[in-house]
Amino acid sequence: MLEGIGILSLTIWVPIVAGLLLLALGGDDRRADGIRALALIGAVLGFLVAIPLWTGFDKTTHAMQFVERMAWVPAFNIHYHLGVDGISMPFVLLNSFTTVLVVLAGWVVIREKVAQYMAAFLIQSGLLNGVFAALDGVLFYIFFEAMLIPLYLIIGVWGGPNRVYAAIKFFLYTLLGSLLMLVAVLYLYFESGGSFDILAWHRVPLTLAAQLLLFVAFFFAFAVKVPMWPVHTWLPDAHTEAPTGGSVVLAAITLKVGAYGFLRFVLPIVPDASHELAWLMVALSLVAIVYIGLVALVQADMKRLIAYSSIAHMGFVTLGFFIFNPLGIEGGLVQMISHGFVSGALFLCVGVMYDRLHSRQIADYGGVVNTMPKFAAFMMLFAMANAGLPGTSGFIGEFMVILGTMQVSFWWALAAGLTLIFGAAYTLWMYKRVIFGPVANPQVAALKDIDGREFLILALLAVCVLALGVYPLPLTEVMHASVNHLLEHVAHSKLSY
Amino acid sequence: MDMKTLYLTVPLAPLAGAIIAGLFGRAIGRVGAHTVTIAGVAIAFLASILIFQDVLAGNTFNGPVYTWLTSGDLRLEIGFLIDPLTAVMMLVVTFVSLCVHVYTIGYMADDPGYQRFFSYIALFTFAMLMLVMSNNFLQLFFGWEAVGLVSYLLIGFWYTRESAIYANLKAFLVNRVGDLGFLLGIGLIWVHFGTLDYAEVFQKAPQLAERTISLIQGYPWALMTVICILLFIGAMGKSAQFPLHVWLPDSMEGPTPISALIHAATMVTAGIFMVARMSPLFELSDTALSFVLVIGAITALFMGFLGMVQNDIKRVVAYSTLSQLGYMTVALGVSAYSVAIFHLMTHAFFKALLFLAAGSVIIGMHHDQDIRNMGGLRKYMPITWITLLIGSLALIGTPGLSGFFSKDSIILATYASDLWGSGFAAFAVTAGVFVTAFYSFRMYFLVFHGPERFRHAHDTHDHEADKNGDAHGHHHGGHAAPHESPWVVTVPLILLAIPSIYAGWAYIEPMLFGDFFGSAIVVNHAAHPAMQSLAEQFHGAGAMVLHGLVSLPFWLAVAGVATAWYLYMVRRDLPEKIRRKAGILYTILERKYGFDDFNDWFFAGGARLVGGRLWRWGDVFAIDGVLVNGTARAVGRLAAVVRSLQTGYIYHYAFAMIIGVALLITWFVD
Repeated sequence: MLEGIGILSLTIWVPIVAGLLLLALGGDDRRADGIRALALIGAVLGFLVAIPLWTGFDKTTHAMQFVERMAWVPAFNIHYHLGVDGISMPFVLLNSFTTVLVVLAGWVVIREKVAQYMAAFLIQSGLLNGVFAALDGVLFYIFFEAMLIPLYLIIGVWGGPNRVYAAIKFFLYTLLGSLLMLVAVLYLYFESGGSFDILAWHRVPLTLAAQLLLFVAFFFAFAVKVPMWPVHTWLPDAHTEAPTGGSVVLAAITLKVGAYGFLRFVLPIVPDASHELAWLMVALSLVAIVYIGLVALVQADMKRLIAYSSIAHMGFVTLGFFIFNPLGIEGGLVQMISHGFVSGALFLCVGVMYDRLHSRQIADYGGVVNTMPKFAAFMMLFAMANAGLPGTSGFIGEFMVILGTMQVSFWWALAAGLTLIFGAAYTLWMYKRVIFGPVANPQVAALKDIDGREFLILALLAVCVLALGVYPLPLTEVMHASVNHLLEHVAHSKLSY
Repeated sequence: MDMKTLYLTVPLAPLAGAIIAGLFGRAIGRVGAHTVTIAGVAIAFLASILIFQDVLAGNTFNGPVYTWLTSGDLRLEIGFLIDPLTAVMMLVVTFVSLCVHVYTIGYMADDPGYQRFFSYIALFTFAMLMLVMSNNFLQLFFGWEAVGLVSYLLIGFWYTRESAIYANLKAFLVNRVGDLGFLLGIGLIWVHFGTLDYAEVFQKAPQLAERTISLIQGYPWALMTVICILLFIGAMGKSAQFPLHVWLPDSMEGPTPISALIHAATMVTAGIFMVARMSPLFELSDTALSFVLVIGAITALFMGFLGMVQNDIKRVVAYSTLSQLGYMTVALGVSAYSVAIFHLMTHAFFKALLFLAAGSVIIGMHHDQDIRNMGGLRKYMPITWITLLIGSLALIGTPGLSGFFSKDSIILATYASDLWGSGFAAFAVTAGVFVTAFYSFRMYFLVFHGPERFRHAHDTHDHEADKNGDAHGHHHGGHAAPHESPWVVTVPLILLAIPSIYAGWAYIEPMLFGDFFGSAIVVNHAAHPAMQSLAEQFHGAGAMVLHGLVSLPFWLAVAGVATAWYLYMVRRDLPEKIRRKAGILYTILERKYGFDDFNDWFFAGGARLVGGRLWRWGDVFAIDGVLVNGTARAVGRLAAVVRSLQTGYIYHYAFAMIIGVALLITWFVD
């Protein structure tokens, strides 16, 4: 029976089915241990079924691979159409991997509604894989919208005291973009002569005016997700209120959806508008890097600080995409993967401390290294990765984007390069105040170092951060064909068709 | 074993030691940790000797180890370039590192972070070796940042001390400012050369010598000038040149062995090494060379002044390091790259010696670092005394010792240069000789001669400390006399004293005037004649010593020593009187020209202020307050209006329906 189901379908439906199963079984927190074990099995299975995507991937072609296509709603020519290329494939893996980590991270901390909590993450994982794999406009739209529901619930149910405000803010921000995107999707359906095939949309001729309007519509949908300045203010609130696992998925995967949207929709569908408005995108990206870098410096709440740092790091991604050269786009993609590891790890680190002290305030800590040396060592690594130290994954993307930007403008590169200073300043200053120093208070004195489960999670991420930092070639090799094809495509104006 | 395996062994052996000591420190214990790291570094040292001999035999190597990343036209590799310049650096790094490793056994004997410390210094050795052995800019940057990381970790090694964790953050951030310039320089090289491989860049450089770029519309600048100045900004951070020097004195918060290894002998000379390595580029820009020259001259003289008023034994040596790095930079500026590397080498020996001897004094003084509390220590610490004296004599350029040959060569080369700024530089390096001699022997006399002030000092020290309830550092017996350090400390001192004496006369001829460096260092002799004129004046090491005895720098050094002797041995009341008389001048020196205050206020404070304003006014007020919550309020108001439409009267609804139907009909009939 399984032969009929493709690998991509498995990566989508295995976690979702596992999640639904948990919901069906759950409800009773007395059976939480069994629920947790089942959730872990589901997550690990979800990761295992994704591995063939990497091992069986053909690096020589830009064409979609592992394609599945069958009619879904024939009346409107809607298909269940899946496929990945070098741009989307790494994210399916990253997402499936992260799901395992968040299940582990919520292991003992979540004691209420365990089944629902785990189910929300598993279902979300499947939906996110759907976003990265969908090649049909409607299918994409459905996954894109549906993935917000579990996240909305995760924040709204298991979140902090101000969770309702955060969840509603998040929802409001997202709503506007979603509606505009729906309009854009319908418009493209008519323009393409009744097709929802995203790859067909890439070839649809469009006037500049139409392209600009479509650009605006997609911009609101994707820029909010990235998030780009100035539509970023939902992120710090969402992060501070979300439980640790929610923050990890939000930072590691959900933000990537917006950036991915720019590559899959905006650049290839409206290339002329992209060139036309590139200055704006570059400007917003640089503002994100510089302005947000400074804002991050003054945050008193660790999660808020890391959230702002995320925005600044995602600024490199959008900057890289809109300078239209291989270094920029591949650098942006590498930065997305690396940011998935690093920011996820940093949120987990804050979670480790929060579980013990129930505070995210920097001022409540100090001298944690004295009582938690192992933890301090891990956090040092992730802090350095966040500061872009060579040898960690955090360096590669920034380095590539800065080199790529230099090809376009020295001053842009200089502005982007300021992250070298700001990134180090806000990350290491926080580290200094939280981890270094004498033991600040009796609570810190009573801290226990990380246990085996926490060690495992952080060690897995540490290996990823270092491996990617020392040997990024395998990852960039996967991207070359797709990125080069994309750039060729974007270089051709649609106006001359 | 083929040579490539041997090359790989050099960095990987210390790395293996670092990983084992770092991850399994508790399991293998103290002895295990120092054994495994020392073994790693010793292997690297022995391999470096073999490689050095191989290079002397004329074999060089330039090739990749593995491909790190490809993207578009960019292909980045991890690879080695083994030539005489690299070989010298490898020897210096591994030799000093080995001495420091052994010394650490004694110095850190009581420290709970023993294994962690060995892991860090072995990791540092790995990173530094990767830096000097690199054959491309990417790996150079890797090593560059990695040594910065270990420096950060080691300055903050005693992480409960507020001053230490302030200093390490400061060091990292100031270095990052330099790194930004460095990275932009590398970026420009990639854009204009299309490669980051040294050999290809150097080969293409002459063709691009005339190229200009307009960073500001209408003002074309020579590409080489921009690139070289940006690269040099990186060197200013790492090699602590004015005005990015501010982190180095504070880095003395770290344990003394790393002050010797990282902040004197090796890491801080990475900038010097880098510029020498880039000589094919710097030779193409007189503007950049002048910039280098002036910055170096300012550092050499003005940092020396600060050394004269320091009372912490390590800080005296630290400012001396800054000043000597300035000398090396001056040498680079006048295109005497080989002289800079020569001084780098001799300095590595005698400065590491001075730091380790200072550390030995600190152990002997039971961790008191104030030279005003010392005096007469030569009786108690004979080996430390003799070796520190040798180091000081080498530093001030006593004819015959290593520092004389390298430093006098710098001074002579500066006089021979006709570059813009060379006049000032010549003055600075000459005057600097007096300053160097003065602060070196001020420290020497205060520590080893004169009355034994430590007995009295320790009384007050203990008293004060008890009042503060501080139970640190003097349980070892405040009244006990200082003692000589154990052999693990003194042996490295002796090992370093040997090359401090002989490395000058033995190597000056091959390194400066022979063909030792070959094509590793490129000098345009027609445009920058300093080296040639130096060679014309050179008639052998012996003649140079004789000539040195009648030249100005020697007598300035003598004057410096004599002044120190007079002020601190004969008329001990005078320094206090001068200090009171000098007033503002003294305050300026004591405030370190105000750089720290300015940076704290302007950069650190300014960034926090701007960040806070942007957050409050931008994010919280404008975006969230007006846009987001404003939208929410507007939606609320709109809802109220819409709600009032829902009146509940059927005829209202019917009326609305009719209008709606009418509109629809109009729409479709059209």
